[in-house]
Amino acid sequence: MNNIPGNSSMPDLLLKISSWLCGLLIISFFSYLLVDIILNGFIRIDWAFFTDSPINAGREGGIAPMLMSTLLILLLCLLIALPIGIASAIYLAEYTSEKQWFSRFVRRSLNIIAGVPSIVMGLFGYAFFVIALKLGFSILSGALTLACMVLPLLIRSIEDSLRMIPQSYRLNAHALGLSQWRTIFRILLPMASQGILLAVILSIGRAMAETAALLYTSGYVTRMPESVFDSGRSLSVHIFDLSMNVPGGEQSAYASALTLIILLLIINSMTVMFSRLIKKGSIS
Amino acid sequence: MFPLNKDKLLLLILRVLTGISVASLLFILFYLFKEALPVVQSNSLLNFIQDDSWYPTKGEYLLSPMIIGSLMIMGGAMLLSIPFGILSAILTQFYAPLWFANVLQRITEILSGIPSVIYGFLGIVIIVPLLAQFEAPGTSVLAGVLVLSFIVLPNIILIASNSFAQINPIYIHNAMSLGLSRYAIIRHVIFPQIKSSLFGGIVLQSGRAIGETLAVLMVCGNVVQIPGSIFDPVRTLTSNIALEMAYAMDNHRSALFLSGLLLMIVVLVIVVLTENFSPQENKL
Repeated sequence: MNNIPGNSSMPDLLLKISSWLCGLLIISFFSYLLVDIILNGFIRIDWAFFTDSPINAGREGGIAPMLMSTLLILLLCLLIALPIGIASAIYLAEYTSEKQWFSRFVRRSLNIIAGVPSIVMGLFGYAFFVIALKLGFSILSGALTLACMVLPLLIRSIEDSLRMIPQSYRLNAHALGLSQWRTIFRILLPMASQGILLAVILSIGRAMAETAALLYTSGYVTRMPESVFDSGRSLSVHIFDLSMNVPGGEQSAYASALTLIILLLIINSMTVMFSRLIKKGSIS
Repeated sequence: MFPLNKDKLLLLILRVLTGISVASLLFILFYLFKEALPVVQSNSLLNFIQDDSWYPTKGEYLLSPMIIGSLMIMGGAMLLSIPFGILSAILTQFYAPLWFANVLQRITEILSGIPSVIYGFLGIVIIVPLLAQFEAPGTSVLAGVLVLSFIVLPNIILIASNSFAQINPIYIHNAMSLGLSRYAIIRHVIFPQIKSSLFGGIVLQSGRAIGETLAVLMVCGNVVQIPGSIFDPVRTLTSNIALEMAYAMDNHRSALFLSGLLLMIVVLVIVVLTENFSPQENKL
């Protein structure tokens, strides 16, 4: 729509100038913030920063235990959320129509879950996983809480990619006498695999940015976690703790923030790559 | 014994797993209710707006300063980010050359994925010292509003661009051939069409803004009071939960769950409302 010819009327000029001012202001603000993080973060980052444990509450040393905890939380979260997510998406896309009350009910519930503030999800995770299921402050509790948070996103995007598969494939499979089981596992899921991968990457990005939900579920112990029942501090919680509770922790907070941003950028560019692949129609 | 029917088994498994993902919402509501109940039983609901102050250890649970704090920060951030967001969406959709619009779009996508703790941290190291030069201590309503606007802005831009992009180009072509000016097309042809979907997206976003916790906690000073000016410190409902959960016992803990429940109800109402007046905006 960038091709509507302009004219020199007063309101058009005004809108043009104000939108340009606003866009440039936003770009310069955000690039200032990014440059600030990059410049201050790089001073502190070296190889040892990724392989050492934190010393002196994180002012010195590295972030190895946090990277490990973050990785474990993410892996476990996906391990829990993915089977449930794929199953729910298959059920919604293949067994219900969008107009049925049950499918509307599921969708509405998922929308509400997606809107739950993360601190409230943290309260729930604390009351249910930590206390009621006696999992304690552990990586497992954190992963379960995060799984609840990413489930709506996961289901929605997998369902979308299943619905994008043309109906003729299902009809042909049926005409050939394939069972529903085979149709789903041999035809539909392989065809939706790129969409599923995209959903997974999106969820990882969402989960990695999460902080408040982890505070009272996976805890903030800085030790290297030995099992999933250990408490572990994620990278985002580490940034929070360094900037709030550790005077003089700014340099390390900058470096950790830069690390987290770089990880998220990698994930983001993977998302862009995969959605381009899908748009090219390589799955139709 | 009848032979095991794989298709029936599959359907059963899918139903159970879909049930789990819906049940998680019921679990969240149930546990919030259960944990919030004790304090409601031993006090009347009026106590939360009529007690003298928030002294949970002495049995005084005045929540209204925190509720007002949450509303102020959320309202300020929305007021600030809505005009900026819509204007820069107009820039990317109508005024900027295509390459610049694409760059702006990519930057916005990346910014919306940056974790809110990082914005909170930048608030501590950049915004708070800046504000402290005008009026000490710097941690204030204004700092919270600014940081929250940074978090919300990229999402508002994306929502607005999406609604603009959904317009059928036929309308624009017709308007152009009628000789309408660019401003008239944007203002009188396009804007009326996207109004409701834009509004729905923004309301949904304000639900997310009121649930934001740590970034706001990091820059607001967290004094329990109804702020007299925008330079006064303030505490929000969400920060209250995050700050006191670590040591809260009995009724105090229960009061925190009650504030969580309150936030949950707000989100529930928002999601149900937005679903009803703009069905196409339910996508995550």
